[in-house]
Amino acid sequence: MLTDAPRIVTARLEHADSHSLERYLATGGYEGLRKALSMTREAVHDEVNAASLLGRGGAGFPAGRKWSMLRKAPTSYLVINGDESEPATFKDHLLIERDPHQIVEGTIIAAYALGVDKAFIFCRGEFALGLERLTQAVNDAYAHGALGASIFGSEFSLDLVVHPGAGAYICGEETALLESLEGKRGFPRIKPPYFPAVIGLYGEPTVVNNVETMSNLPWIVLNGGAVFAALGQGSSTGTRLFALSGHVKRPGWYELEMSKTTFRDLIYDPSLGGGVRSGHELKAFIPGGVSAPWFYPEHLDMGLDQDAVGKAGSMLGSGSIVVMDETTCIVRAAWRISRFFHRESCGQCTPCREGSGWIEKILRRIEDGLGREEDLELLLDACDNLAPGLTWPPKQTTICVFGPSIPSSIVSGIHQFRDEFLLHVKEGGCPLPPDEVRHV
Amino acid sequence: MARLSPENLHRAEAIVALYPERRSGLIPICHLAQAQDGYLTEEAMEDIAKICGVSPAEVRGTASFYDMLHTEPVGKYVFAVCTNIACMLAGAYEVLDHAEHRLGIHPGQTTADGMFTLEEAECLAGCDKAVCVQVNHRFFGPIDQDGFDRLVDDLTAGRLDDTVPPHGVLSRVQRQVGLPGHQSSERAEGATA
Ligand SMILES: Cc1cc2nc3c(=O)[nH]c(=O)nc-3n(C[C@H](O)[C@H](O)[C@H](O)COP(=O)(O)O)c2cc1C
Ligand code: SF4
Ligand code: FES
Repeated sequence: MLTDAPRIVTARLEHADSHSLERYLATGGYEGLRKALSMTREAVHDEVNAASLLGRGGAGFPAGRKWSMLRKAPTSYLVINGDESEPATFKDHLLIERDPHQIVEGTIIAAYALGVDKAFIFCRGEFALGLERLTQAVNDAYAHGALGASIFGSEFSLDLVVHPGAGAYICGEETALLESLEGKRGFPRIKPPYFPAVIGLYGEPTVVNNVETMSNLPWIVLNGGAVFAALGQGSSTGTRLFALSGHVKRPGWYELEMSKTTFRDLIYDPSLGGGVRSGHELKAFIPGGVSAPWFYPEHLDMGLDQDAVGKAGSMLGSGSIVVMDETTCIVRAAWRISRFFHRESCGQCTPCREGSGWIEKILRRIEDGLGREEDLELLLDACDNLAPGLTWPPKQTTICVFGPSIPSSIVSGIHQFRDEFLLHVKEGGCPLPPDEVRHV
Repeated sequence: MARLSPENLHRAEAIVALYPERRSGLIPICHLAQAQDGYLTEEAMEDIAKICGVSPAEVRGTASFYDMLHTEPVGKYVFAVCTNIACMLAGAYEVLDHAEHRLGIHPGQTTADGMFTLEEAECLAGCDKAVCVQVNHRFFGPIDQDGFDRLVDDLTAGRLDDTVPPHGVLSRVQRQVGLPGHQSSERAEGATA
C-alpha cells in the first residue's frame, strides 16, 4: 500500500539547491537543533528512544539504545558513517550530496544528547562532490553559529571534522572505520568489546551512527518521537530511504513508510519502480544489499519490515533492492557478487581471504563451461567454512561479519536454481543470453 | 621529484591540527599529495611520515591498503567502470570491453601518452544510473559504448576541464574554520549532480 506518510529525509530534494545553507534555512533547517538546545540532553535522548529509530547502516540497532551504552569517560566521540559501499546501495550518497546540512544538523543534535564535543563524518573518498558539499556545509554551519563554541548562544560547543576515506569497502564496518580514521589500514578489530561505545576511537568511548540515521534527527526533535513511531509498524518505525536498481523500469531512490509498503509496491507501482523492464518477468530480487540472501516472486507481498524480512531468512540490511529478470544468469550474478567479496576481503581471516577466492574461481569455471557436478557441493562446503551450518543469521568464525555474508547469494542461488547450475555443467557453458547494455 | 610544496606543508599542518592524534591526518594528507602530483611520490611520503610522526614505510604500507591511493603514476584521467551487480545487469562488462578497445589498454593499465588509466571498479553508489562510470571520482552515468566514446572525446578536447580536475583533486572546497592562518578557499563550482 502506498501511504501518505511524510517525506522525512528527502523533503527538500525537489529543490535544485537543496544542499545550500540558504535553501536549508528557508525550509526549516536548524530549527530542530534550536529546539533541542532548549531541551535537556536527557529529553532529546528520550525523544529518540520514543521514536524507536533503528540504525540505517545495515545492522538495524536502535539508536537510542546504542547511545545509552556509551561508557562514561572524560573524552568520548561521535563518528558518522558515510562510507556507503555495500553494492547496490546509494542512499547515503544521495543524502550527502543533496542534503548535507541535514546530516550536519542531525550530528549536532546527537552530539548534544551524548554530551560529546568532537565529532567526525567519515565520507567515502570516491564521493568527490559529496566531500565538497559536506565541507561547504560544515564551513557554512560554523559561520552560521551552528558549530564551534557556544552554539546558537548556548553552553554547548562542538567541533565537527569531515574525514575523507580512501577506497576500501571494509571501512564501512565500524571498527575498521575507526582504524582508518586513526590513520591506519582498515582492519576490523577483534571483538569483544562488541561496541565502540565501550572502546572506540583512540581507545575512548565512541558512538558510530549512519548518515541516514542522523538525517532523521532534526525531524524527530521537531515533531516528537511518538509521531515518528506512529509511522510504520512494530519495531520498523518511520520511513526509510530505499535504493532500487537492476531490471526495473524506474531505478532510483524512494522514501517509503516502513512495514506498510511492500516489495511489490516498490518494484511495481507506477510511481515507484514501475515494474520489471518491458517484456520481462521477475526471477529473483535481493532485499537488502548483496550480503542478504535472495527473495523470489513469492516474497513480493511482504512489507518492507525489518522483523518480517529477518524471519523470512534474509535482511533489509542497507535498504537496497536489486531486481533480476528471467534473462539473468544466476551463476554469473553469484560469481560477480563473490568477486566483490574476494576483492574487498581485508585478508585477516583465512576462511574469508582464501574462501572468497576459491568461491569466485569455482563459479567462474562453471559459468565458462568447465564446471563439474561436484562443484556445487564444493561451493556449499566453502560456504559452510564461512558460516557453519549455513543458518540465518549466519554463525561467525571470523573477525567481522563480512566473511559470513559471502555465502548469502551462493547458497540462495544453489538452493533455488540448482537446475540452472547443472545446465551450465551439462551444456558446457552458460545457457542464458549475455547482459544487454542499457542504452540511454 | 615532488616534495610537498610550502603551501601544502602549511595545509598539512592545519589538517593534523584537526585531530586529537597526528596520525589521523595521514589519509587526508595523502589525498593532498595526490592533488599536487596525481599520485604519491617517494618524497611526498617522506614528508607525510614526518608530519604524522610515523616512518615512511608505514605511510607506504597504509596507503597500499587503499584503492584510491597510488604509489605509482597514473593517467591524468582515471576511469572507474563499475561492473558490480546492478551495473553488470545493465551491461557493464560490454562497456568495459569497449573501453579496453577504445583506449587500447586493460584494466589497471595507463595509456602510453599518460592521459588515461582504466579500472574495473566495485559499486560506486550510482546504481540507479547504471552503467556507472567515474572519471577522477566525478560521476557519469548511465554510460553505454557511445557514451564512453563521447566521454573520451570530451576529456581529450578539454571540454570537461571545469567538472573534472586532474587526478588526485577530491574536494575543491577546503575547510576554513579552525585552521590556523588559512583564509583562502575556493568555493565549489557548479553542481555536477
Ligand atoms: C562489512 C560491513 C560493512 C558495513 N558498511 C557500512 C556502511 O557502508 N555504512 C554504514 O553506515 N554502516 C556500515 N556497516 C555497519 C556498521 O558497522 C555500523 O553498524 C553502522 O555504521 C552503525 O550505524 P547505525 O546504527 O546508525 O546503523 C557495515 C558493517 C559491515 C560488517
Ligand atoms: S571476515 Fe574478512 S573482511 Fe572481516 S576481518 Fe576477517 S578477513 Fe577481514
Ligand atoms: S553496482 Fe554499479 S554503481 Fe552500484
